[in-house]
Amino acid sequence: MEGMNIVVCVKQIPDPATPGALDGSTHALKREGKLILDESDGYGVEMALQLATNAGGGDVSIVSMAPNGEVSGMRTALAMGAAKGMLVSDPALAGSDALTTAKVLAAAIAKMGAADLIIAATESSDGYTGTVPEQIAEVMGLPSVTFAKKVEIAGGVLKADRQTEDGYDEVECPLPAVISVTAGVVEPRYPSFKGIMAAKSKPIDTVTAADLGVTPTGWAGAGQKVVTVAQAEARKAGEIVEDDGSAFGKIVSYLENLKVI
Amino acid sequence: MAINSIWVFAQAAGAAPTSGTLELLTKARALTSNVTAFVGGDASAIAGALGEHGATKVYATGDLGGKLPGPAVSAAMKAIIDGGDSPSVIFFPQNYEGRDIMSRLSVKLDRTVLTNNIDIADTPDGVAATTPIFGGNTLVTTAFTGSGPHLVSFRPKSFAAEASGGAAPTVVAAPVPELGATGTAKVLSVHVEESTGPKLDEADIVVSGGRGLGESGKYDLVEELAKLLKGAPGASRAIVDAGWVPYSYQVGQTGKVVKPNVYIAAGISGATQHMVGMKGSKNIIAINKDKEAPIFGVADLGIVGDVHKVLPQLIELLKTRG
Repeated sequence: MEGMNIVVCVKQIPDPATPGALDGSTHALKREGKLILDESDGYGVEMALQLATNAGGGDVSIVSMAPNGEVSGMRTALAMGAAKGMLVSDPALAGSDALTTAKVLAAAIAKMGAADLIIAATESSDGYTGTVPEQIAEVMGLPSVTFAKKVEIAGGVLKADRQTEDGYDEVECPLPAVISVTAGVVEPRYPSFKGIMAAKSKPIDTVTAADLGVTPTGWAGAGQKVVTVAQAEARKAGEIVEDDGSAFGKIVSYLENLKVI
Repeated sequence: MAINSIWVFAQAAGAAPTSGTLELLTKARALTSNVTAFVGGDASAIAGALGEHGATKVYATGDLGGKLPGPAVSAAMKAIIDGGDSPSVIFFPQNYEGRDIMSRLSVKLDRTVLTNNIDIADTPDGVAATTPIFGGNTLVTTAFTGSGPHLVSFRPKSFAAEASGGAAPTVVAAPVPELGATGTAKVLSVHVEESTGPKLDEADIVVSGGRGLGESGKYDLVEELAKLLKGAPGASRAIVDAGWVPYSYQVGQTGKVVKPNVYIAAGISGATQHMVGMKGSKNIIAINKDKEAPIFGVADLGIVGDVHKVLPQLIELLKTRG
């Protein structure tokens, strides 16, 4: 195959280093301020860049849905080497559930042109519903391999090692297809200074739900409503000791008390 | 809306249902007497056990012939629902197959999903499921507002499995319809990563290592301690991502959920991602250099110290005790 067009779905999330909070009225995760590229998505972007190179070229594109025209996380993916992006940003999409998100992303992918492969992370680091990649595949009528931890493409056929409870399955899948990749599938590159500068002028097409022909359902149509938010019962604080060279003895007596040794 | 009937997506490990399947059946029968197990494969070996845990009926697709369960089982479920047997709620385990089937079915039925739950109830607000967020510090209960079937998945060990002593259920064929392009992914071969000792999610004692071990070779200390305690070795996401140990060792949100009697965290700081997978342990021992590490917030015994000193001392002492 000469060249491959690959679309990577990325999520821009609040910095995980800052404590998460829920909005008081909607109970949704607060997504204010600067958003960054979900760390989990770096693997998919890297995978796409490597597969395109191996295929002898083609475009790697980025698609994302985010409030307030936020693109800073997408720029990170472009700085890594992706060629262009599409952002779906529409106030009417606030409160969308995973299914609506999948419908929106599927429509955006279709609008970007014929993709040979669609890559996503297995789940986002902030909401972790973990259903969007497989839902995109179903909306687009495509086969999928989720939890891929090794991916190769030869002769228009994808071969992947798919994570299972006890090990992995070797799976074969014709293209076009959707895959979700686990963390560690490849080592994401750091954007170079040149890449960061180049990313500033790479095109990001910003569209609304209406541009995609998707009817946003928002809070009312999500099919779910938060009814209570409660503090979980906290664990009682335990004993903390500084090791003075004999702390291992503490562990042994603790285990003895539990009668496990 | 009342729950009139529940389907449980049922999985087998060898000739027996998985423990997760029995947990979900136990919870389902507490909510309704009308519980059906839905099996992606042949059900003859496990139907009896499914009945003993509360299933009064079993749907079975028959052998999937190498097709991935996501498209195949969701299409079989849709066909039964279209045929007129539509449950109020469908329970899925929070695992690879459960997630794929639930995702595909949500599109086919145009229904939302609630994932990562630890509880469910029939409430005046509707059918509502509870999920822990922010590392388990906050519990969010979300009700389904639309019409069923409601699709909901649960973390492992959310419920205790108990036999009901139910009779053998009727097994009804639920054939997989023609799938078109969605059914073209095929399993070529199955690989089981052999490990000795107890399974990570069933072990009474789990010893996990993290980035604080410093280098991949030091993971041997974790394995040695686990072996001496007849436990299972585990890992944080950081060292799995770094390639020190296979993914199947990972404890946490994207790995295994463990609830052992004793959990020993060595060189693990306690990221939310990890805590979600081990906070339910009965006794937690943490060893970490940084006394500010979040792991100490959940530890029953916390040792502020160097794992490279504490672990070898501990191992030596346990060895001399035989």
